[in-house]
Amino acid sequence: MSYQIPKFRHPELPKNELGYTKADYEGAISTLCAGCGHDSISGAIIKAVHELSIEPHKIAKLSGIGCSSKSPTYFLGKSHGFNSVHGRMPSVVTGAAMANRDLLYLGVSGDGDTASIGLGQYGHAARRNLNMVYIVMNNGCYGLTKGQDSATADEGSISKKGEPNPFGSIDLPAVALQLGATFVARSFSGDKEQLVPLIKAAMSHRGFALIDVVSPCVTFNNTAGSTKSYEYTREHMEATGTVDFVPMHEEITTKYDPGKTRDVTMHDGSVVRLKKVDDSFDPFDRMSAMVALEKSRQSGQILTGLLYMDKHSRDLHEALATSKRPLNELTETELCPGSKVLEQINQSLR
Amino acid sequence: MNASVAPIKAVNDFVIKFANVNGTGSASANNLFAKALFRMGLPVSPKNIFPSNIQGLPTWYEVRVSEKGYLGRRGGVDIMLSVNPQSMASDIQEVESGGYFIYDNTKALDLRLHRADITFIGIPLTAICNEQYKDPRQRQLFKNVIYVGALAALLDMDFKVLTALVSDQFKGKEKLVLPNIAALELGHQYAREHFSCPLSIRVETRDVVGDNILLDGNTALGLGTVYGGATVAAWYPITPSTSVVDAFDKYAKRMRINAGTGEHNYAIVQAEDELAAIGMVIGASWNGARAFTATSGPGLSLMSEFLGLAYFAEIPTVLIDVQRAGPSTGMPTRTQQSDVLSAAYASHGDTKQVLLFPSSPAECFEFGASSFDLAERLQTPIIVMTDLDLGMNDNMSPPLKWDDQRTYDRGKVLNAEQLDSMERFGRYLDVDGDAICYRTYPGTHPNKGTFFTRGTSRDEYAVYTEKGEEYEKNMLRLMRKWETIKEYVPEPEFKVASQKTNLGVIYYGTSEASTLEALDYLSDEGVYLDAMRVRSFPFNDDVEAFIAQHDRVFVVEQNRDAQLRTLLMAEFEFGPDKLKSVLCFDGTPISARNIKKQIKQQLPGSNVTPFQRRFRRAQGGAA
Ligand SMILES: Cc1ncc(C[n+]2csc(CCOP(=O)(O)OP(=O)(O)O)c2C)c(N)n1
Ligand code: SF4
Ligand SMILES: [Mg+2]
Repeated sequence: MSYQIPKFRHPELPKNELGYTKADYEGAISTLCAGCGHDSISGAIIKAVHELSIEPHKIAKLSGIGCSSKSPTYFLGKSHGFNSVHGRMPSVVTGAAMANRDLLYLGVSGDGDTASIGLGQYGHAARRNLNMVYIVMNNGCYGLTKGQDSATADEGSISKKGEPNPFGSIDLPAVALQLGATFVARSFSGDKEQLVPLIKAAMSHRGFALIDVVSPCVTFNNTAGSTKSYEYTREHMEATGTVDFVPMHEEITTKYDPGKTRDVTMHDGSVVRLKKVDDSFDPFDRMSAMVALEKSRQSGQILTGLLYMDKHSRDLHEALATSKRPLNELTETELCPGSKVLEQINQSLR
Repeated sequence: MNASVAPIKAVNDFVIKFANVNGTGSASANNLFAKALFRMGLPVSPKNIFPSNIQGLPTWYEVRVSEKGYLGRRGGVDIMLSVNPQSMASDIQEVESGGYFIYDNTKALDLRLHRADITFIGIPLTAICNEQYKDPRQRQLFKNVIYVGALAALLDMDFKVLTALVSDQFKGKEKLVLPNIAALELGHQYAREHFSCPLSIRVETRDVVGDNILLDGNTALGLGTVYGGATVAAWYPITPSTSVVDAFDKYAKRMRINAGTGEHNYAIVQAEDELAAIGMVIGASWNGARAFTATSGPGLSLMSEFLGLAYFAEIPTVLIDVQRAGPSTGMPTRTQQSDVLSAAYASHGDTKQVLLFPSSPAECFEFGASSFDLAERLQTPIIVMTDLDLGMNDNMSPPLKWDDQRTYDRGKVLNAEQLDSMERFGRYLDVDGDAICYRTYPGTHPNKGTFFTRGTSRDEYAVYTEKGEEYEKNMLRLMRKWETIKEYVPEPEFKVASQKTNLGVIYYGTSEASTLEALDYLSDEGVYLDAMRVRSFPFNDDVEAFIAQHDRVFVVEQNRDAQLRTLLMAEFEFGPDKLKSVLCFDGTPISARNIKKQIKQQLPGSNVTPFQRRFRRAQGGAA
């Protein structure tokens, strides 16, 4: 069951440029377990979209199957949504994006949905550089089917069932990097400060933008031996740096130390300001990102923040040279060649 | 070259088969032969019988020539043209008594293969080529053209038609025209000098093809999807469906690219597998584009989960299934109609899918276009069930037709103004009483008309619910929609026998031509059957009435399990004794002689056990 959010709201809720309050971006009340990381991510999405002043109906939210994939019901109630089948959200987004290039496509998935049954579609959407934001709510387990280890569970991690996981984990950002994703980030559901600007940057990026968000499952995988618990993640999280997001129409006022700061103008004119922690790390270099990920993995840390961004990304529409006008707006006049042409074709077949 | 049996005498009515080696360039020479007969005004139906191989294995090309216009397989071969030693022994066996075996006698015929009742005609093709050409590739390619030239003399074909065709074929590559004509002449001259031409089997120019065209079903389907306004094609390569998307690509490149900007008014995505291909089609259709995919049996199985979603969430989906011989990889380059049941009930849970059965290229074109109207009007998957025989062989067909007054039926889609004028939008609300509800595209209105599409149960406003009554209500509405669908899908076609009869025959797709021919044979023997071609599933009332009106109804199909018969029994109340099967599932198109034989065996009073029961007995089961 989903419940409607009570209508009463404080009259002075802050409005964005479109005159919408945050409530305009909310969805039905969540039916997930209290304390589930997924709900915090939904909150971060609502905040990011509200602050970006995107018209809710210009976003399409799509997901697969799982607790994580249920969450689109709990945000953006004024957007069309599509809860598809397990592991296949990327193909549905691909088709939708081909039909109408003017909407913003937000895909939400889980680690089971993405790293197991959906690993193939995930990889190919990244490889085609499909213009979408792909958020993985990663809890290292299958929440909805009651807590089995998933393919992102670390070796030795112990969930509620009590047995250490015998297999190594799939690192989704590393896979995306290798397969050609043009925006790769990791974050934590418990760190909105970091997550919200990352979501904004991902939404301004043109191309495949992955954010792998560690999102603890309080019911099945928030145990002392789990490497996807709140506590473990807080203790082992390290960041590549911080990301500030400046929308396209706002002026940049503050000055930062140029050595560690880079301003990147995004496709839509917004600016992403990156403050790096480590000078040797270069988020515009795929190799550097891969090395950083591997190093942190070896040292048992969880590397978060923006890992990689390709400023010159060429998305699937560009690769296919599709019309600037959305394909779903074309009419008979543009699409049907008519009887005269058909008569010529008939003639050539005699 | 004299045979012990009188040679077959025939004008414009025979079967010739070419036995070639795959990958030697024989296809274009063989096409040249068939097309030349077609241009001489003769109905032809060429069929490729090819291996799942790129080079080296035996491949055949069978051409039916029939002034009467019979386009199905007749059965039997009157002339075999053999350039493949690998298959020679069985090729010789296949020739009808009184027929001809034309072969490359550069190497002498193994005398053990000799048959006294047929005429052997040896042409030293390899020797001629070795003498004429130095380049090994040329030796191989021109060998094929030379035998076409020889056939022209032996069958008395109009040589001018052949040379004109060569000029047409090599338009833009003029340098190739003369050498090809020279090769034709070489063969022609050799045959004239060495044999008494023409043979007792020969052709004469006629004008019985009228404005018909020669085209394969897949190309017609691909072109149909362009005319039908498809903008998104997603697919994964699989024989025999690949050429559907190839055709879409070819015609879209020609007709859908903006000359000024170079922008494409279409997108083709080669997916990572068939699950992704159908997912993309569903995503694009959900978002208001006309989208389709094409596949064959194995792909259809992979698409099954998504087809359930599209059925339940009511998303228009166009899927073209070019059937081949299954199960599994089966015989991937041979034809069958064996996906009927798995398509009709594709997916888990209670599902029923709409099927269309085209039987000619003209109908492929029409269904390629109208499947989008149906899918959007009915908000459900439409599966076009064609097969390898229709899809990959040139078929003589009425010309393709398009009425410029025709408009696309985009179905029940609400725009922003309509949403503004309504109280509350309910995605699954049956407003009109036909069980088809209104939908909206994403992005239509700032605060009205959005809904959540899901495969889980939901109420009429698309809100998640697990209430049994709501679920049941929705499933019953889908059943009512099934009734509505019957009014929209193509109705069956009937052919009433020239004499009143209590016998009927049902057929669909590529069984049409052979069945009609078999009916002529039968009526010559005093057996009359009323005929019905089923063109779609769900079956409408006429289908039921036809069966009810006859005491015994034969169902002709190209699979082992009598799948359409099973479907008829599942949907109607007819018992198994009323519906008799006529089956062919060896991977070749069903022939007229085969159909006639099976029908005769099962006529009232004849004492033959049908295949399935015979099989059960042989297994020692309870009979
Ligand atoms: C084809 C198919 N197989 C299995 C399932 C059962 N199933 C539902 S959700 C799920 C796992 C979800 O895990 P994840 O994506 O990590 O989501 P979470 O619940 O952890 O957020 C599975 C296996 C299904 N719905 N469909
Ligand atoms: S089971 Fe786990 S993942 Fe699912 S809602 Fe509960 S806490 Fe979240
Ligand atoms: Mg999970």
